[in-house]
Amino acid sequence: MLLLALDTATPAVTVALHDGTDVIASSSQVDARRHGELLLPAVDRVLAEAGRTLEAVTGIVVGTGPGPYTGLRVGLMTADTFGLALGVPVHGVCTLDGLAYAADIEKGPFVVATDARRKEVYWATYADSRTRLTGPAVDRPADIAERVAGLPAVGAGALLYPDTFPTAHEPAHVSAAALAALAAGKLAAGEELEAPRPMYLRRPDAQVPKNYKVVTPK
Amino acid sequence: MADEPLVLGIETSCDETGVGIVRGTTLLADAVASSVDEHARFGGVVPEVASRAHLEAMVPTIDRALKEAGVTAKDLDGIAVTAGPGLAGALLVGVSAAKAYAYALGKPLYGVNHLASHICVDQLEHGPLPEPTMALLVSGGHSSLLLSSDITSDVRPMGATIDDAAGEAFDKIARVLDLGFPGGPVIDRYAREGDPAAIAFPRGLTGPRDPAYDFSFSGLKTAVARWIEARRAAGEEVPVRDVAASFQEAVVDVLTRKAVRACKDEGVDHLMIGGGVAANSRLRALAQERCEAAGIRLRVPRPKLCTDNGAMVAALGAEMVARNRAASSWDLSADSSLPVTESHVPGHHHGHDHVHEVSKENLYS
Ligand SMILES: [Zn+2]
Repeated sequence: MLLLALDTATPAVTVALHDGTDVIASSSQVDARRHGELLLPAVDRVLAEAGRTLEAVTGIVVGTGPGPYTGLRVGLMTADTFGLALGVPVHGVCTLDGLAYAADIEKGPFVVATDARRKEVYWATYADSRTRLTGPAVDRPADIAERVAGLPAVGAGALLYPDTFPTAHEPAHVSAAALAALAAGKLAAGEELEAPRPMYLRRPDAQVPKNYKVVTPK
Repeated sequence: MADEPLVLGIETSCDETGVGIVRGTTLLADAVASSVDEHARFGGVVPEVASRAHLEAMVPTIDRALKEAGVTAKDLDGIAVTAGPGLAGALLVGVSAAKAYAYALGKPLYGVNHLASHICVDQLEHGPLPEPTMALLVSGGHSSLLLSSDITSDVRPMGATIDDAAGEAFDKIARVLDLGFPGGPVIDRYAREGDPAAIAFPRGLTGPRDPAYDFSFSGLKTAVARWIEARRAAGEEVPVRDVAASFQEAVVDVLTRKAVRACKDEGVDHLMIGGGVAANSRLRALAQERCEAAGIRLRVPRPKLCTDNGAMVAALGAEMVARNRAASSWDLSADSSLPVTESHVPGHHHGHDHVHEVSKENLYS
């Protein structure tokens, strides 16, 4: 087994290679505005570091969000196309599940929350690092304060709103290493993974910008 | 290989997911999935809706194009993609797909300019582009007059709209007349039964002191809307066919007049017309008439190649390979306002400055 995992659903552009036993190379860069530029060079770097080529990969694992759409799609489109070109399966893993796995909390319940912008968080609750209880959902922190009161919390969304998540701690962003390890474990156990489809959780802003379609050069 | 490169092109700058495959100047496949129906009720393209649709449509559309062309991915000589201009989020989906595809197949990647692609696509219809070529690009997104002596390195803007695109005016007037979206085809249909001289609508930017090659359709749009509203306010029936014909005449009169003048001024004896509005029957007819009178050869690709598609991107990509242009690097980004003077986005290791120097030289020599 050689899994290439990637996630662009949070400000981190993160890539990892997992051989079924261990993560053999990984890269994480936090830059919310350059997902499109950073991802492919990161894949190239990770493969070079591990001394492998993309053809050796037996499966792709991709974070399906929820996350800000534009960045989220970079990872999903890249994973889909790798799958097409290589003829290997593409597995989806909820990005919050990856964070829960990395949080390494033996006994829950606990909360994972990421920044959904617009003063909202994407969040889910977990019984333990591998078992989601509720969510994912998108809400204003104040609106879910009662439901998450007293629960340990991880993720940048939790760190951002201490009023709702007073005990929030690291990790802030998902790592592809955690995503890969979680997926490798599930695959080895014969579990089905999700389809690599985006979790937007919000309807698109149906606004036609003024001068829509205008692509006239400056 | 260098003469007839086999290239796959990906286009996602607006609402069409296009994947085309060409061999040199021969079209092998032109697969397009459009999200236009999802935008119709909003009266225009909703960027997030378009981006979501691109993600869903990409892999099936690549598959379809390969089947249509009867080639396998490993035979490709390169992957081309629209790097800009266009809707940022929509472009990014195509650029992500193209990079992953090129990387996984071990093929060179060419990020190319959407407008230059609109011009280059004519090679698939009428053979190699004459050099120089004058091009009039008209669609819902662009109204530009461009002069190119080498489509891979020298595209010079002669003029452009100073407000709305020509296609936008069609959409707006169709909306005012309750004819739906998109407006181009339906206005064309009604206009065929109307009198183009029935109403004298204004011709924008055609005064003696106006810029010779720039366009303006905003004033026309307003004039037509006001004319219709005045009829309605007076309780009179709106003569839809005459309005459509007279409005359309005002648009295509200005477009063709300026394009022909640019050809004459620059001593260019070829005019190509591209973009979605090039499908307009009256634009084709009037351009033909005026070009013939001026001794200019008119080249207009078939309508399906005029609207946004992947074949046009592949056509320009193939030209990049044939002329040994530098490939793009793996950190290629989508550039929503990529200048028309940049036909492609070469990788930095080939020296960005040098490329600019070369194009500047071509531009003014
Ligand atoms: Zn276009």
